[in-house]
Amino acid sequence: MELINLFTKSIFIENMVFAYFLGMCSYLAVSKTVKTAVGLGAAVIFVLFITVPVNYLIDNYLLQPGALAWLGEEFVTVDLSFLSFIMFIAVIASMVQLVEMVVEKFAPALYSSLGIFLPLIAVNCAILGGSLFMQQKDFIGIHEAGVYGLGSGIGFFLAIVAIAAIREKIAYSNVPAPLKGLGITFIITGLMAIGFMSFMGIDL
Amino acid sequence: MKEANETKPEKKYSEEEKKKEMILFLSSSEEKEGLLSKANRKLLSDPLNDNNPITVQVLGICSALAITVQLKPAIVMSLAVMFVMALSNVIISILRNSIPSRIRIIVQLVIVASMVILVDQILKAYLYDVSKQLSIFIGLIITNCIIMGRLEAFALGNGVYKSFLDGIGNAAGYGLILIVVAFFRELFGSGKLFGIPVIPESFYEAGYVNNGFFLLSPMALIVVGIVIWVQRSRNRQLIEEN
Repeated sequence: MELINLFTKSIFIENMVFAYFLGMCSYLAVSKTVKTAVGLGAAVIFVLFITVPVNYLIDNYLLQPGALAWLGEEFVTVDLSFLSFIMFIAVIASMVQLVEMVVEKFAPALYSSLGIFLPLIAVNCAILGGSLFMQQKDFIGIHEAGVYGLGSGIGFFLAIVAIAAIREKIAYSNVPAPLKGLGITFIITGLMAIGFMSFMGIDL
Repeated sequence: MKEANETKPEKKYSEEEKKKEMILFLSSSEEKEGLLSKANRKLLSDPLNDNNPITVQVLGICSALAITVQLKPAIVMSLAVMFVMALSNVIISILRNSIPSRIRIIVQLVIVASMVILVDQILKAYLYDVSKQLSIFIGLIITNCIIMGRLEAFALGNGVYKSFLDGIGNAAGYGLILIVVAFFRELFGSGKLFGIPVIPESFYEAGYVNNGFFLLSPMALIVVGIVIWVQRSRNRQLIEEN
């Protein structure tokens, strides 16, 4: 029950895009057509689902104050938490590389449809943001971290597919010239974020 | 990554040629032109308007929106980005001939991450309350697309001094938008600037109410949308076709 609660919360209430503006760069750049948006969204779900639990392990067994206690008595006082940024980004960059190689080997069709988006995910703020939020939330176990990663990924997927569908349709409407493209996309995203705010306060 | 590699053929120079080229680059940017020649000034001023990182290049929006509820964190954030960007641009520009192009993204990420750790520790030591307010967004400077974008597009192919100016200019363009958005959000949202009430009491007595909506995240997006609208209707070349 706790896990389902966490899952829905990370999809709707704490949506990466609408509540925290994470991953906006790729959200705006890759949302011109639904097809590419689905590709990027799927890749983000995949990478978040892997990197958040891995970073959870690194944070809990290497970085936090006292996390190195398993090495022996003299390591109890070591606090490496200032290294977390560099560790997380290194894990993400190497995970993305690894995922890229695995997908290329075992699912060439998926690989070619994801194309350039897979390597670009390394610099997607939503991925690093997922790990940094995980660090703040003090999860009690790796299963919670995994569910949180999956949920945030699905939240990003929903957001990017929805905006891509709206942008495909809005190409036919009469938008004031200076607002065309980027401007109207911002305003639509704002309106969608207001919609997502209505999920606030839902407690399962 | 593959496409990027194809467009950037690896240079095959001998070590000496590399050194010569580097000396040429270092000296040419400093000797042939004055410190603030026309081209250099353009590097600084272009990102403020015609080539603004947020409204034109569409980079670095993630962090730009979440921290614009008040002016103070917005200014601290812009200064932090300026510091990280200028320094990492300089470092990458110094190393640009010795980074193998295959692993350059990881090299860039590591350099930027070290800069960000520096900023984070300084903020925690001297500006603890702001650091708490910015929370994870300081860490997210690492994946701020402006920094990666400028490293890829500029610092990898230009001299040290020019890269430094480019870093300062782009960070200033980013900061400008941040400050404009934060100004309106704080003014309309809480009737304050820098935490000091600016809307006179008599207004409130006459029935004026702060628009709490401006404090919520969706308004940041809409304010940026309006900023883009104003900018593009003044500068018609920026209008997109579709």
